[in-house]
Amino acid sequence: MKGMFKKLVGVTAFSSLLFLSACGGNSEQAGGDSEGASDGKVKADVGVVSFITGSGAAYGEAIKGGLELAKEEINEKGDVELNLIFEDSAGKQDQALTAAQKLINSDNVTAIIGPTLSTEMNVVGPEADLSGVPIIGTSTTAEGIPQIGDYVFRNSIPEALAIPASMEKAIEKYDAKKVALIYGNDDVFTKSGFDTMKATAEKMGLEILTTETFQKGQSDYNAQLTKIKSYKPDLILASALYNEGAVIMDQARKMGIDVPFVGGNGFNSPEVIKIAGDSSDGLIVATPWYGEKEDPKVQGFVKKFKEKYGNDPDQFAAQAYDALYILADAIKNAGEADRDKVRDALAETKDFEGILGNFSFDEEGDVIMDPTVLVIEDGEFVVFE
Amino acid sequence: MLIEQLINGITLGSIYAIVALGFTLVFGVLGIINMAHGEIFMFGAFIGVMITSSLKAPLWVAFAGAIVITAIMGYMLERFALRPLRHKQGVSHLAPLISTIGVSILLENLSHHLFGAGNHPFRASFAEINFQIGSITVYLVQIVIFVISIILMLTLSFWLGKTKAGKALRATAENLETASLLGVDTKRTITMTVIIASAMGGIAGILVGMAFNSVTPQMGLSMGLKGLAIIILGGMGSVRGAMAGGLILGLAETFIVVYGDSGYRDAIAFLAIIIILLIRPQGLFGQKIST
Repeated sequence: MKGMFKKLVGVTAFSSLLFLSACGGNSEQAGGDSEGASDGKVKADVGVVSFITGSGAAYGEAIKGGLELAKEEINEKGDVELNLIFEDSAGKQDQALTAAQKLINSDNVTAIIGPTLSTEMNVVGPEADLSGVPIIGTSTTAEGIPQIGDYVFRNSIPEALAIPASMEKAIEKYDAKKVALIYGNDDVFTKSGFDTMKATAEKMGLEILTTETFQKGQSDYNAQLTKIKSYKPDLILASALYNEGAVIMDQARKMGIDVPFVGGNGFNSPEVIKIAGDSSDGLIVATPWYGEKEDPKVQGFVKKFKEKYGNDPDQFAAQAYDALYILADAIKNAGEADRDKVRDALAETKDFEGILGNFSFDEEGDVIMDPTVLVIEDGEFVVFE
Repeated sequence: MLIEQLINGITLGSIYAIVALGFTLVFGVLGIINMAHGEIFMFGAFIGVMITSSLKAPLWVAFAGAIVITAIMGYMLERFALRPLRHKQGVSHLAPLISTIGVSILLENLSHHLFGAGNHPFRASFAEINFQIGSITVYLVQIVIFVISIILMLTLSFWLGKTKAGKALRATAENLETASLLGVDTKRTITMTVIIASAMGGIAGILVGMAFNSVTPQMGLSMGLKGLAIIILGGMGSVRGAMAGGLILGLAETFIVVYGDSGYRDAIAFLAIIIILLIRPQGLFGQKIST
């Protein structure tokens, strides 16, 4: 079955390559059309592959919200006119691939934003790269994503950058020597976060007392936490997404574990406070997104997002919002909706001032940015010092 | 630590047992596996969350609300997904299974739209009550869950064994036509069974919400699969088997974490089930089926 699937992927990849070379003129034509528009606007279709239904639908909702808000503002400004085409991946690799193929071949999009999970990007990235479509991950933080190819970018800060930053600060402040680890072992994202945590802990000479795992959608973590409690760690390193992570913290606090938690990028969401309440105090995360920042751009975004959707934007919404701006900027600089030109313009993005901060791509299409380290105190994210 | 883990295991096991009781009841009478049971359980949990956090009503209202609504859902399930398939010519014996899978997918997506994605905390002051014995924290909810599961098991055994309605139910389970000829209102008996099983799912849902403080639209699926595994382990249609099977699985999962690797939690628990079934194919409390 799996072998057949691989073959199928190979065949479709090959055939789409043929298809692409056959209709290379077609896309140029589309570019020519928009260039010829009388008001000088560059029109472009942008495909979005996102986790809209299923267990991670909360991320998909946030991403969709951020993108739609950005699209409205960009189109209002009038330099470029973007049209978003949403496709659901349901968090599944095969569905993400089909969705991307549809966007690339039948919708003829200029660029793709998404997919949501790193696991999905691992199959969609090579396909987009082969077809020569620029693709920007807004939430894919695992190792090696932009290294897939020249057309693959991301604006989500990789775990390899965020986790050591937060660990260093936490260990310095609490003088921690013994740590316990807990992570979700059925997800590339949390697994890669765990690898970084473990490597950083070993490099810092910390004693790892125990390593526990859990699976997506689990609701009872008492067994793992009781075991961790018996080792009496100074600090708990938890590589989890917020849905599971918040429940882990809640159950840990109820059990009497009061040491701080250091989490990965996916743990960083206001939802943690909503779900775990007081139990979330003491969670330390490094974040590209801090909604309290005294920057008119950031505050404007938070206000507009809240007005439109009724809740505070999380990093998924913020990263999606910035990604579309970065893409719009590149399309504007490219001057036409041509896939190769947009790719080249994207690669040149430097010192872009978005709501996440000062942003540049390195030569591989990865992020250059300084993360902020935050801690939850009295039910609020504040800067950790 | 051992005692704490024992409490964890018994709590988890009791929840599994209550879910499995609902499964076993429907299987015992109708001979079908109700794949929608996990989702009805999930709805019970959500209704508990809604009533306690949105309406700020006391806990007993949440229980009553969840029981009533899941009972109605049980009725709808039987009326629209199961009854039309009964006694029809040419309907495959797998058809009811497929139709309950359909209902389960429908309910999962429905809850997604109604309640939104993500985790909902269960805020009830009752869930916070705990007492300290040495370094061990015991929550009242954990004890209540265990007690409720025992009460449900005993009540069900008594009801099935000693009351007239229970006898009618067993007669229906034995042979639908014969029971019907002997004056048992089989249609009502079947409807009743599905309703009771669903209401028990609702109760289990609220208990899980309180114990783990985590309610998501996806919680039904894994719980449903575990419930299914438990009734196979305990013996299809056996009330005592559901209880014992639930506790075995709950304790096994917990102690694998204690003495082994939490990554193999589910794998080893299910491996244990396979081994038990190799030794006793009819399940722990199941009767050998003679054909």
